[in-house]
Amino acid sequence: MAKPIRTVLIYLGLSLVALTMLLPFLWMVLASLKPLREVEMLNPLPTEWHPENYRKVFEQIPFARYYFNSVFISAWITFLQCLTSCMAAFAFARLNWKGRDGVFRLYLATLMIPGVVTMIPNYTLMVKLHILDSYTGLIVPASFSAFGTFLLRQFMLTIPPALDEAAEIDGAGRWQVFWDVIMPLARPGIITLGIFTFMGTYGSFFWPLILIKSEHLRTLPIGMLFFDTNYGRQTNLIMAASVMNIIPLIILFVTSQKFLVKGIQLGAVKG
Amino acid sequence: MSGKLRPGEARNRRDTVAALLFLLPNFLGFVIFTSGPVIFSLAASFTNWNLQQTVPFRWVGFENYGRLLADPEFHLYAVNTAYFLLGMPLAIAGSLCLAMMLSQKLKGIVVYRTLFYLPSFTSGVALMILWKALYNPDFGPVNAMIDWVTHSLHLSIAAPQWLLSTQNVLGLDVEKVGFTAKQLGIGARDAIIIMGIWTAVGGNNMLLYLAALTNVPQELSEAAELDGAGPWQVFRNVTWPQLAPTTFFIVVMSFIGGLQGGFEQARVMTAGGPAGTTTTLAYHIYTKAFEEFQIGYASAVSWVLFALVFAATAVNWKFGNREVSY
Repeated sequence: MAKPIRTVLIYLGLSLVALTMLLPFLWMVLASLKPLREVEMLNPLPTEWHPENYRKVFEQIPFARYYFNSVFISAWITFLQCLTSCMAAFAFARLNWKGRDGVFRLYLATLMIPGVVTMIPNYTLMVKLHILDSYTGLIVPASFSAFGTFLLRQFMLTIPPALDEAAEIDGAGRWQVFWDVIMPLARPGIITLGIFTFMGTYGSFFWPLILIKSEHLRTLPIGMLFFDTNYGRQTNLIMAASVMNIIPLIILFVTSQKFLVKGIQLGAVKG
Repeated sequence: MSGKLRPGEARNRRDTVAALLFLLPNFLGFVIFTSGPVIFSLAASFTNWNLQQTVPFRWVGFENYGRLLADPEFHLYAVNTAYFLLGMPLAIAGSLCLAMMLSQKLKGIVVYRTLFYLPSFTSGVALMILWKALYNPDFGPVNAMIDWVTHSLHLSIAAPQWLLSTQNVLGLDVEKVGFTAKQLGIGARDAIIIMGIWTAVGGNNMLLYLAALTNVPQELSEAAELDGAGPWQVFRNVTWPQLAPTTFFIVVMSFIGGLQGGFEQARVMTAGGPAGTTTTLAYHIYTKAFEEFQIGYASAVSWVLFALVFAATAVNWKFGNREVSY
């Protein structure tokens, strides 16, 4: 008797929250399809549909260029970060060496340091190296991650040590153990880190904001910011740009949910 | 002394060389872009270094620290940063509620989970620009809905001015640290907190709670129910203690993130205003370092922020761990 009522109440609660989550997105999509004067009116549906708003975004700002920059930079950082993190995680999780735990603790401790503390010296370093306002300056400092090393170490610790030993008895060197034994087994962890990194870089704001001066090097978040501040109140076009900004994220999320949910839980619970 | 190594030793030696090679790329990056800069920034905080070089460089000792501690602006920004932490317990409680609803074995749960996770996954500049439009007091849908509700109930309550208002639900004064009745209301800081809860409530914390809830042994709550415990008692005495390690982790991470937060919101939505009420320490550091190029002073502020994060973590650790280990 009580059970069905409870079930109905839970569904009601869940649906209410889901609606709250969805309404802003719905407004965004509808506003992006309205003529400008209607954005500020309360009719939820446009009286005339203007899908060409999306085309206009590309005419007013180099939006395709921003897309390319964001994806290009994110792809490089994701690749480099996964590679360097995998190798370091292997050293921490599978090899015995003096000082290992000390160095690992040092890595962990830096996770607590606010990003802005290192941001200022890194900026002056970029100035000195003359890579301010360049792809290199955007990519290289972001290619090393203590968090990634930590996440993959946790993952590699769950792989049975008997596997490395068996490979070693068969005469495999360290590199072969790493490449042929551990890497394939750590693939779910690497994919998780890859998604995190890609998402994080795709949305990253602070570093590109201070580093990039040229319009053609702007990433999506920076391009969006200047579109919003410089092109006045074209809310419909700005919403169209916002929709296009988040679509890749939604696609990534829907295709990778399984890995993400596991990765988030692994990174924390076993910490 | 003998030239022969025991097999274990040989292995260890080989491991050390291999480990060095495997670690090298990451460790170089770590030294150049993380640990090196940390030390460098501490040193910079004791200088008057300015990138525009308007004044000759010199060591100034604790001058920057003295200056910021005496600066009323710094006090306001510290208060703002603390104010934004008020959203934290609400967001965490919300995440727990959602996780508890999702942990019931009902049909279609994955769809709900996906929808709840959507804002946190797509969060960033695009969504902040969206919320700026939603909060627009004249044309935005948020006030349109409030006006519609108050109008149909024949209430004469003015809708909040959101991002344009210095008011806040605690009635904090702007010029000095304290309470003043005319600041009581809903303003920019609350708007940012509401947006933050909307963004985060269905995010990673909810997933963490969801995982923790599935690990709570079913028999425990069933046994408690058989003993006549009501739903609240089961939650308070069985579920909540089992969730303590997860809650601890979430609280620690939220403090660390919350204290350094607020930069994007300020840069994208409010420029730190009105009257500096949405300027957090992180945004303050940004303006000092990258708009005024006062590297020395900004480094000092960033070290104060670091000290706050460290202190918060230490306090959490001291009191949180006790709670966890029963």
